[in-house]
Order: sequence, then C-alpha cells, then structure tokens
Amino acid sequence: MAHTLSEKIWDAHVVRAADGEPDLLYIDLHLLHEVTSPQAFDGLRGAGRALRRPDLTLATEDHNTPTDNLVRISDPISRTQIETLRRNCAEFGVRLHPLGDAEQGIVHVIGPQLGLTQPGMTVVCGDSHTSTHGAFGALAFGIGTSEVEHVMATQTLSQVRPRTMAVNASGALGPSVTSKDLILALITQVGANGGQGHVVEYRGEAFASMSMEGRMTVCNMSIEWGAKAGMIAPDDTAFAYLEGRSHAPKGKVWEQALDHWRGLVTDPGARFDTEVSIDAGAVTPFVTWGTNPGQGAPLASVVPDPSQFADPVERNAAERALKYMALAPGTPLRDVGIDVVFLGSCTNGRIEDLRTAADVLRGHKVADGVRMMVVPGSARVRAQAEDEGLDKVFTDAGAEWRFAGCSMCLGMNPDKLSVGARSASTSNRNFEGRQGKGGRTHLVSPPVAAATAVTGRLSAPADL
Amino acid sequence: MEKFTVHTGRALPLRRSNVDTDQIIPAEYLKRVTRTGFADGLFSAWRDDPEFVLNRSEHAGATVLVAGPEFGTGSSREHAVWALQDHGFKVVISARFGDIFQGNSLKGGLLPVQLPQDAVERLWQIVEAEPATEVTVDLPAREVRAAGQVWSFPIDDFSRWRLLEGLDGIGLTLRHENQIGVYEQQRVPWLPRTQAS
Repeated sequence: MAHTLSEKIWDAHVVRAADGEPDLLYIDLHLLHEVTSPQAFDGLRGAGRALRRPDLTLATEDHNTPTDNLVRISDPISRTQIETLRRNCAEFGVRLHPLGDAEQGIVHVIGPQLGLTQPGMTVVCGDSHTSTHGAFGALAFGIGTSEVEHVMATQTLSQVRPRTMAVNASGALGPSVTSKDLILALITQVGANGGQGHVVEYRGEAFASMSMEGRMTVCNMSIEWGAKAGMIAPDDTAFAYLEGRSHAPKGKVWEQALDHWRGLVTDPGARFDTEVSIDAGAVTPFVTWGTNPGQGAPLASVVPDPSQFADPVERNAAERALKYMALAPGTPLRDVGIDVVFLGSCTNGRIEDLRTAADVLRGHKVADGVRMMVVPGSARVRAQAEDEGLDKVFTDAGAEWRFAGCSMCLGMNPDKLSVGARSASTSNRNFEGRQGKGGRTHLVSPPVAAATAVTGRLSAPADL
Repeated sequence: MEKFTVHTGRALPLRRSNVDTDQIIPAEYLKRVTRTGFADGLFSAWRDDPEFVLNRSEHAGATVLVAGPEFGTGSSREHAVWALQDHGFKVVISARFGDIFQGNSLKGGLLPVQLPQDAVERLWQIVEAEPATEVTVDLPAREVRAAGQVWSFPIDDFSRWRLLEGLDGIGLTLRHENQIGVYEQQRVPWLPRTQAS
C-alpha cells in the first residue's frame, strides 16, 4: 500500500498500538531548555523515576538568557531558572550546552547544526517551534511540560495518529523572494489555525530547490498555521548538509543510513487527507499587519479594511488587530515607520539569514532613530559569521551584534520592545505583546528587515 | 490528576478569537520553576482594562471559560493551562483549539470542550443576559447544559476514560515498559546519541 512520508515515519516508531487507544510512539531525540523543563524534572524526582535515555536527550539555554554578555544574568528569577536547569542536568545525567559554551544556542538551531536531527527520526521538545526539524524529513513537534516528563520517564509519547496534509507549491520563487515570504503568504492564505490536527508535507519545486536554512524557516512556521508538524522529504541537499557533522553517521553506516533515507518519500499514489495549493511564482515580499501570523499582505499592498472581511469573526479580529497595531485601513505598508529591527530567532537566525541581510546592508547605514539588533541563532553561527566578516557589516551599518539566544522573539529575557514601539522582526509571532507588553510586531524576511533598517519604514531591498 | 465527571458553575464570556497562549500568560511569567502560582499572569495584559470581562464583578467566581474560536494557539507553554486552573477554571469551551493547548489541557485535567460557534454565541448571550446562569458540563454524557438547552460535544473514548478515572499518563505507559525495551533492541544502528550510554 502507498504511504505518505509522515505515515512511514509514524509506523516505524509505534511501540504499541491498541484499538481505541492512542499509539505509543518512540522518541529518538528529546531537546530540553530552561523554561518548560523544571516542573518535569520535579515530577520525575517526586515520583522517584529515572530519566530513561539521557543518551537521547540534549539541553541548552536559550529562552531566558541575555544576549549582551555570556556570564551575568541580572534578573534573580531568570538566574534561578538557569541554575535549576544546570542542577537538573547534572543530577539526571543530561548533556547541557550552557551560556558561554561553544555549542550553546537556540534549541532548534543547535540540533541540526550538531547533526543530531536526521531524516526519519522523531524529535520532540517543550517548544512549539520543534517543527523546524521537519526540514530534514523528521517527524518533529512541540509538547507541553507533562509530555516532557512523559518522554523523560519513558522515551515515548502517547499520541493520536494525526491527519495528513500536502502543501503543493507550483512555480518557483522570484529572485528577491525568500522562504519566509512564501510561508507568510501561505499562512495568510490558509489562516492561522488552518493546519490544525495535521502533519503537513511541503511539496513541489519551490521547496525542493530551497537550502536547508530555507526549509527550516518554512517548517519552523508550521505551528503558526496550527499544524502539528511540517516536513520536507530528505534529498541530496539534506544529505550534503548532514555529511561530516559531529553526530552524523560515518563510513559504512553513513552509506547504510543514506540507503534508508532515500526511501523516505511519499509513495506515488499515496493519499493525503487534505491538500492545499499555493502559487510560489506569484509570491512577492510579504509582511504581517495584524496580531496573528495569518494577518499578512504583500509589502506592495495596503493595510486592509476590516469592513471588507465577509466572516464576522475575522472582521472582528481585524478590527481589534488594527486598533492594537495603531494602523489605519488603506495605509500603504511601505509607509509604516519602524522603531526596532530584530534579525534572529529559530525562524531566521541561521548563517544564510545573516548573509542575506548583510548583503542588503553592506554600504548602507541604519536610519536615524532605528535600533537594529542582530542575534545569531547559536554561538557557532556567530563564530562563522565573524569568520566571514558579517559582524563588521552589521556594526559598520550601526546595528548591534549580539550573543546567541531567543532574544527579542518572545519578550522574556531582557531584550524586549517597549510599550508602543513598532518592530520589523524576522521571528515567528506577531501576537499582542509577544516581543514585550504593548509592543507592535510586523513579521518580515531577513532582506526586508535589513532594507527596513536602512529606510526606517517597511521596505524591500529594491527600494534602496 | 483529579477526576473529572460532572462540573456545574458559572461561565465567563470571552468574546475574542485567536486567543493565543501568549495572551493567556505572557512569557514574562514563565521564569518561575514551579507548577502553581500563575493566576496573576492570566490574561495579564488585558486585565489592565477595568472593563475586561475577567475584571467584572458579575462574573467573579466563574469556572467555565467560553471563548471565541482558535483558543490556545501558539506556544506550547503548559503554563497557560496552569494559569487557567490556578484562577479556578475547570472547563474551556471554544469552537476550535490549538492542538498543543488541547493536549496539555487533557493531561492536566482542564476539560477542553469543543462546541460549534453558534452554540458558543448562544452561551455568550445567555451568560451576558444572566451572569448567574449555571452551566453544567457532563463528561460521562458528553453534554453541556445551560438555561434549558443541551449541546453534545465530541471527545475520544481514551481521553474521556483517563479524565473520568483521573489517571496519570506516565503510570499508564509504564504498564507497557517491556514493549518499550523490545522496541529499543531493534532501533537502526545509525541513530544519533548525545552521549555514550
């Protein structure tokens, strides 16, 4: 029988199946960070349980760390949270990459970078952007703290088999259009919870011709339209990225793995429960105007008029969003002035993202009154960018060159928007207050972020 | 986990859609390492407004939250469930939930009840007209009842059984520990390890 890619991975991980019960699924890699793990460790301790597979577990510090230095955490509550992770990892034998370590970074950047994320695996983490790892043809999804504890204790999860969905892209992305523009356009097309209950496979030339960084950006934002997971079938681009990385298979085992991975594709004739089409060739630089990731529009267009929305729930949401965002219907998006530009996050904090932004910024200055923060996704990305001289491009332009972490993506660590401040952000969520209470977020691609920093208004590189 | 059977209480009408988990509890409150004490963070940004429904005295003590569609989208933070529970909510009713929030709720014993949007609208009208209306959520019967009206809601048999019995998921899985061991013996050899075992 013909199977989809996600069904093949699911079936290969079923430890136990019983009628009327969820499947018990084996987890190949469990990633931990400081925010969603302390209560799970407490639960283990309270029940006198061991962590079953420390050798399939990895921890890092990212959400609640500063990005202006590598040693000092001034907020005592944040410091306690970090120290708690360090103590827990020591007690339960978990490998940890702490602040200041050469491999520290955002959990979804370091997994692939170390070669720990591989095709066909199941990967989970107490973080919704775990879908990022699907770029390698892995089944990867975010879980809550109770499930974190469940994986710690059993290395499995009890899961109802999700429905399957194909996103079929036709055409190729234009020369100045990025994977971020494509996923933002898709989310606006299908709505911010349009993928609910589904594991999505992104299919078509536009995805197949993307770099691994581009694919990670797409899969990362699967959760922003409600999908359980997003994935792209592994191919030579994925294998080339993996080969030689510290945890990738070596020698004869590499050949064996490669043989297996080449079979990780959706069989001809396999049926998806749902199919969605998008014309990748028609996508242009895309930004959000509202307070959920489905409220977006081409940069070349205007702020929409809520009264034009047929659905009353959507109309209401748009009215609320425009009020929060302090935007008037009909305003050209290119006229929207920006206070802060944030380049980074698990969506767009990889080396290719920094390169594309630097290419736009080279020879320009950040506009007066605009603050631009550049935050590499990991310590290794930062080091590589410095080897390539990218840090110099950013600092010459007047941008801040920071240490690795989640930074301004989530309004938790010291990097926050102030009340009323407006950002152009390469991160993944434009929710009310996401980047700091009262802050206003426009989601953008790295080149749009860089061009916006130069003009002080939402802009594309072509505007410079 | 506490057993959940039948709950009767007053309802809070939250006329908003796309209430993501950042709205339920902002990241600022996620620095704590405990599992309780999150009530002060619940909808914290909106609570600055004295007119916000959670601040209104006629709805004080409500235990059933009735929200617009796409409730609990976004971040996987289980703190959203803890904050709702710490505030006293036992049930959340919405036309559609974010998947991770729904899973977290079921695990923590906060019952997510999916009703069509027209039923949600009707409940809002009933509760706004008469805030003291008692709403009954009957898990064995899979029913919501209020002001003489009855709505059925879907929930899978396994989740329902777990809630009715108040069973811990880890304990249930550990009944099959042997099968986990058997599975581990036949994993393919190239799968990565983060450290020597």
